[in-house]
Amino acid sequence: MKDRTKYFSYPYIVWMTIFIILPSFLVLLYSITSKESNGITTINFTLENYKLFFDPMYINILFDSMTLAAISTLICLILGYPAAYIISTSNISKRNTLLFLCILPMWMNMLLRTYAWMTILGNNGLINNFLEMIGFQKVNLLYTRGATVMGMVYNFIPFMILPIYTALSKMDIGLIEAADDLGADKKTIFRKIILPLSMPGVISGIIMVFMPAVSTFIIPQLLGGNKNMMIGNLIEKLFILNGDWNFGSAISIIMMIIILISMSIMNKFDVDKEGGARLW
Amino acid sequence: MKKRNLYSLLVVLASILIFVTACGQEEKEVLNILNYDIYIDKSLLNQFEIENNVTIKYDTYSTPEEMYIKAKAGASNYDLIISSEYMIERMINEGMVNKLNFENIPNYNFIGEEFKNQPYDPNNEYAVPYFWGTLGILYNKNTVDVSSKSWEILWDKNHDQRIIMMDSQRDSFAAALRLLGYSLNTVNEQELDEAKELLLKQKPLVMAYITDGAPDIMINEEADMALVWSGEAVSAMEENENLDFVIPKEGSNIWIDAMFIPATTKNQTLSEKFIDFLCSKESTLRNIDEVWYSTVHTDAIKEVDEELLNNEAFNIPAEDINNMEMFRDPKEFIDLYSSRWTEVMAQEAN
Repeated sequence: MKDRTKYFSYPYIVWMTIFIILPSFLVLLYSITSKESNGITTINFTLENYKLFFDPMYINILFDSMTLAAISTLICLILGYPAAYIISTSNISKRNTLLFLCILPMWMNMLLRTYAWMTILGNNGLINNFLEMIGFQKVNLLYTRGATVMGMVYNFIPFMILPIYTALSKMDIGLIEAADDLGADKKTIFRKIILPLSMPGVISGIIMVFMPAVSTFIIPQLLGGNKNMMIGNLIEKLFILNGDWNFGSAISIIMMIIILISMSIMNKFDVDKEGGARLW
Repeated sequence: MKKRNLYSLLVVLASILIFVTACGQEEKEVLNILNYDIYIDKSLLNQFEIENNVTIKYDTYSTPEEMYIKAKAGASNYDLIISSEYMIERMINEGMVNKLNFENIPNYNFIGEEFKNQPYDPNNEYAVPYFWGTLGILYNKNTVDVSSKSWEILWDKNHDQRIIMMDSQRDSFAAALRLLGYSLNTVNEQELDEAKELLLKQKPLVMAYITDGAPDIMINEEADMALVWSGEAVSAMEENENLDFVIPKEGSNIWIDAMFIPATTKNQTLSEKFIDFLCSKESTLRNIDEVWYSTVHTDAIKEVDEELLNNEAFNIPAEDINNMEMFRDPKEFIDLYSSRWTEVMAQEAN
């Protein structure tokens, strides 16, 4: 008998073709044609857009974005791992509450949450008013690189906690008990059992945080005051302001390639070949 | 095989149906309007909808460059756009604007003569002025000394991290170019390079580059000064009496924002009716109360209250106006501006 279930995938194939494959193809097409192209009749293929990107100015922007995104990802990991561990080891009712609290902020619009940080970090914001009250000097918090990183950590940390939590909660408690019985101390148990078993979650988390962080444009705009251009800002500017869709598309393609490469590198480190908390 | 095709067909049909019903619900005529953010008393939209039994779809943008892309990309077929003169000039030159039938716009007679026959629309065929204004410095009287009355105030090292600049290339360059004594429409690369160097030099002092948010920051006294459009200054001064506005002596930009009908319209007459509606005295007065820019309406200005007339950001002094320049469309030379602006924005700060 033929497997009929595969027909259920057709709607998704249609959907993916219209909304993923076709737009990606258009971006690719824009990136390899020149600005002067007018419709299909006078299309000019060129690699000029890619060459343009290898200007030190753009490379710097790329490098800067990757650095900021990497710092944010690292902070997310440092804060997120213990959080995920605490959630996974607490009893079931507490665990559900904690998970709920973790997801709750995501119900609100990201723009609103980011705006809220502006009133917290501002020169007359909550933090500075508090500092002044207890007799300290005010500090510039808003419109700095630090504010940008903070905004990214705040917005993306759930994407780190959740996959690590999933990996940790799937773990067989028997293994830890066995190690304990055989005389391993807590440190060894963590290093030899818990950490390796949670690696798929960690890798998913890193990818899930790094990707949106490296391409965000609204956070550096609102919290960074547009002073440090990230690659997302550059792409937005090229599309919206300069109307240079060709160069903008070329940068988008370069970003996609970089993300694909880093993902394949990350997957090499992946120990769990059976899937699980992995996304890819 | 047949079944599979039928199934995919159904899905496609269903998605098309969703789109069609979403659009098809409207039996009323629809007016698609594109305007700057915070640039109209929104209750006027409701009023026009009710009075004429139409639906208005209102969309906004923050810089003329963004408007151009939105209008050009054709995501929506706009019926009416309100924007700045240099971008209107560009769109007229590119054949993107329809001529108006002024018989449908009797209130056009109320528009001040000084706003007609301007270079962007020399024969008054395409656009109806909406508001006008200038570019200047909104500052806090308690912390900033503006006795020099110069653009140099924006480069004052004593206000490190307390200066707000605009995330708008023409306006930021205007301040730098006029400080150097050049035209703000220059296409001379050397002059533009000098202006760029000046903006790069200023960057370490700048707190943030933003559009639209500056008045709020100034009202909260989180910054000492900001490069703003005159109406933004008026709105901020209404909220905080420590604030004042200065138009630098080197001269500034004078702009006219106007309403025009893009060639994409499907309803020219209705759009003209809407233009006429906005040109009425009542609409103008309500808009002034909302946007605080200087009015082009000769009748409405007589009913503006004394306090506002004494505000130099609203009632801009004639001697300042003489020293102001209007933006022109730089045509292909716009790249000279945008590439340099990208360099300024890309420069690393703190």
